[in-house]
Amino acid sequence: MRKILLFLCVVFVGIVFTGRLFYLQVLSNKAENIFDDNAIRKVYTYPKRGFVYDRNDKLLVANQPSYDVMVIPREVEPLDTLEFCSLLKISKDQFIKKYNKARRYSPRLPYVFVSHLSKEDYAILQEKMRKYDGFYIQKRSLRQYEASIGANVLGDIGEVNNQDLAKDDYYKIGDLIGKQGIEASYEKTLRGTKGIKFIQKDRFNRDIGPFKNGEYDVLSKAGKDIKTTIDAELQSYGEKLMQNKRGGIIAIEPSTGEILAMVAAPTYDPNDLVGRQRSKNYTKLFRDSIAKPLFNRSLQGVYEPGSPFKLVNALIGLQEGIISTDETITCYKGMKNGNSFFGCHCNYGSKNNMTKGIQESCNAYFGTVYKRILDKTGSASEGIDNWSKHVKSFGLGDYLNNDLFVGQKGLIPNRAFYKKRKSFFSGNTISNSIGQGQVQTTPIQLANMTAAIANRGYYYTPHIVKYIEGDAIPEQFTKPKYTSIDKQHFDPVIEGMLQVYKKGTAKYLQIPDIDICGKTGTVENFAIIDSVKTQLTDHSIFVAFAPKDNPKIALAVFVENGYFGSRFAGRIASLMIEKYIKGEITRKDMEDWLLTHSLENEYAKPYSGEPFKINRETQLQVIPMPTNETD
Amino acid sequence: MRQTDRHFKFDWVTILLFFALVIFGWLNIISASQTGETIDYFSFSSPYSKQLIFIGLTVFLIIIILSIDSKFYERFSSIIYLASLLSLAGLFLFGKSINGATSWYAIGPMTLQPSEFAKAATALAVAKYISDLQTDIKRFEDQIRIFVIITIPALLILLQKDAGSTLVYASFFFVLYREGLPKIYLIIGFLIILISIISLKFGFLVTAIITLIATLARHFTRHKRPSFLQPLLIIITTLVISFGVKYTFNHLPAHQKERITIWLSLEKDPVKLERMKKRAAYNLNESEKAISAGGVKGKGFLEGTRTTGKFVPEQHTDYIFSTVGEEWGFIGSFMVVLVFILLILRVLHLAELQKSQFSRVYGYSVAAIFFFHFMINIGMVMGLIPTIGIPLPFFSYGGSGLWGFTILLFIFIKLDSNRINEW
Repeated sequence: MRKILLFLCVVFVGIVFTGRLFYLQVLSNKAENIFDDNAIRKVYTYPKRGFVYDRNDKLLVANQPSYDVMVIPREVEPLDTLEFCSLLKISKDQFIKKYNKARRYSPRLPYVFVSHLSKEDYAILQEKMRKYDGFYIQKRSLRQYEASIGANVLGDIGEVNNQDLAKDDYYKIGDLIGKQGIEASYEKTLRGTKGIKFIQKDRFNRDIGPFKNGEYDVLSKAGKDIKTTIDAELQSYGEKLMQNKRGGIIAIEPSTGEILAMVAAPTYDPNDLVGRQRSKNYTKLFRDSIAKPLFNRSLQGVYEPGSPFKLVNALIGLQEGIISTDETITCYKGMKNGNSFFGCHCNYGSKNNMTKGIQESCNAYFGTVYKRILDKTGSASEGIDNWSKHVKSFGLGDYLNNDLFVGQKGLIPNRAFYKKRKSFFSGNTISNSIGQGQVQTTPIQLANMTAAIANRGYYYTPHIVKYIEGDAIPEQFTKPKYTSIDKQHFDPVIEGMLQVYKKGTAKYLQIPDIDICGKTGTVENFAIIDSVKTQLTDHSIFVAFAPKDNPKIALAVFVENGYFGSRFAGRIASLMIEKYIKGEITRKDMEDWLLTHSLENEYAKPYSGEPFKINRETQLQVIPMPTNETD
Repeated sequence: MRQTDRHFKFDWVTILLFFALVIFGWLNIISASQTGETIDYFSFSSPYSKQLIFIGLTVFLIIIILSIDSKFYERFSSIIYLASLLSLAGLFLFGKSINGATSWYAIGPMTLQPSEFAKAATALAVAKYISDLQTDIKRFEDQIRIFVIITIPALLILLQKDAGSTLVYASFFFVLYREGLPKIYLIIGFLIILISIISLKFGFLVTAIITLIATLARHFTRHKRPSFLQPLLIIITTLVISFGVKYTFNHLPAHQKERITIWLSLEKDPVKLERMKKRAAYNLNESEKAISAGGVKGKGFLEGTRTTGKFVPEQHTDYIFSTVGEEWGFIGSFMVVLVFILLILRVLHLAELQKSQFSRVYGYSVAAIFFFHFMINIGMVMGLIPTIGIPLPFFSYGGSGLWGFTILLFIFIKLDSNRINEW
């Protein structure tokens, strides 16, 4: 025993050490990833985010530097919190709250402690940053909107949320990502690729040089600039006209499908969603459930299209050969439809051919055409499927599959849609003939339909991007899509649209020297107020293109509760066309009228809790001429 | 004595193991002390290039030690011991403080640490005294004298605030026990450690209850019951020890107290414990992480990120083993442990072969001292025992340490080479 005690001790210690080594190095060793190694600092370099220009190379969106204070909780050492808080301009309570939040997120991952320091704060802080272990400053780039227009088109960027992080591991917490508009739909083009540098640290958290001479480092790649199809001046003008109204304007260049203007009203200044004020302002916009400024009405607003839809019915009628351009249909202030009566505003006994039918927007005329289309083969079921196919060839009732971040399908019914109806005949869907009933579209679909008519039979998918640095525009935007209507059938319909301006529902909206073809629309609409379905003032709709030959602009204007088509939407459409084609406004009277008339009290009615009158019994709200606050 | 074939009698296995450790140790000092720039072995400013000089000088030292007649060590052991005590005492007058310990003489640009040499001197003195024909280790007076021989250098070192090196003198216990120290010391030593740990971990009351039960159980199961005085005395002694341990613990310097607290997990509040770990066990925490990061195969020579980043403080001295762990992995670390064990067992084996008691006791001392250094250092670096700063023989940076261990080992190799001629 005496001789072997030390021997046994040595062997015992040897076994214990081997066991401990095995435990430390084999059992609890998780193959150390370079990203988990706290001896290696990971420094991300964020590339320049691509700039955004308008179609005339006017800079719309640029960058401004921003500095975030990041924290890695487990590397934080006790610090002079009082001084640190005063440097960051936060209270000690906020400090503790933020720190705990960061810890809960992860003790070893960087977390945004304070975002978007001002340049002055940054200058003071960076001198002293070394004193605070576990904290560092991350430079990022924020957006700078050169003009306060097109918030809904341009969109904005914001910090990635948890879903973004889960979806794409490119993003790390605190990174910025496009949230809406072009920023979102062209995120990958604009953002470029961030670079990463691995830096060997020592235990005092000091950098002592690149890790393995930068062997694993990746250089950042700058984001590409984008030239949009937007005409900044037209956009700005449209937003000005839409002040105090709700709705949207979509203007398209028919020969390319390029979106010239995309106005959604009400809108906001895109600079509100930049920097430290972003979340406050965003919440404010997001919570506005009445005006819904974040809701892009020109893309997401699903409305019954109303009378402009009659144009499509006329074209289908001609294509199917169930009516000729000369045939007249007599309107008896409407028409008999089975046992009921389908009303119209024409004088009793008016005889309308196609041109006049369009010009006067005669319900009886289009009701008859619609019924003939459906009943052509004797089976209304076959008829409506055929009709639906024709309508959809105009891009109505489905996603346009373009480069816009949001969109809605709308609805063009077919037989399957009506499958619940036991007996289906043309008469019981007659409202479809005048763009009401079950038909639903978005303003951009209507604008596209107008462009297709302007082109006499084809359209290019409306898109927002004209040119990407070094990239071609996707083929889907450069290949025409043909409607199912033959070219020769368009001229009579276009003639009708021209007459709308010359003699018809828009005759007071003529613009000197420009042949505009248009169509008004007035859409009944309802709201549920205190569980009672209540009719509100009609929506004012207008579609138009100009000039008649070789058209340069096609547009759809939608003004909620603006009453008849030519009152608001028609005026706006005419002015937009003049602005785009002539570059100046000669019809100042129309412009002044729009700027001094507001619909705000109309929008307040359903929320007033009191009974109210609509349509012709309402009084328009007159406001003083706004001072030049836009541009 | 025949001069011709003498060198064949040196134990080449031990010498081989020695050089293996020294060279591998040096590689790890390079890793731990390199600054990321190109490695210049002859700049004489960095620890690794200095250590290279120390290693070179070691060769001369070995030649000198092996050239001296082996009788010299036995004959002059008392003088060597006294000289060593003087060098330790002289530190109070001329010593230089590094990290709070006054353990160094500054000679020009160099520093010398006499405590590293005192171990060999004490081993010689102990061997000399025990091997004296008139000494009987079973006699109490002789026990006291040996105890004094061991305690004087230990006390001097303790007074210079080098607690780690003091602890090494406890290794002589193994030597004394081997040479016939009564078993009761072993039992008492073991019990004191046990009582200390129980007192710290479970408190005074639990210790008292356990002692009471144990003592009474033993008392009543005995055939021949002695008076009640004996169990009473045991209980009182235990309680005094227990109280003493508690008292000492409470009056330890804060950092030592925290180290023990962490080791025994005495702190119940996890937040406080965590904070304490960050403060007092920072080295340990980083060293464990570095070792763990090595995995099975290690990151490779000069590739350890924690080593390069100097995350483990004192990594080229006391924490050198964490470099082995990170860069050479389980395979390399295991090899180091294995070579150390082989070296210690080889020395132990050779000691048992000695025919002269002086050589045997000395050899045993060498093995025990190496064992203590090995156990405490690597145990500490891997978090098995509380932090005690002592070097890992042949690995840790430092000339004094390297030479001290070299002298310790090669005097024995010399003595061993002569064992045939003892008769």
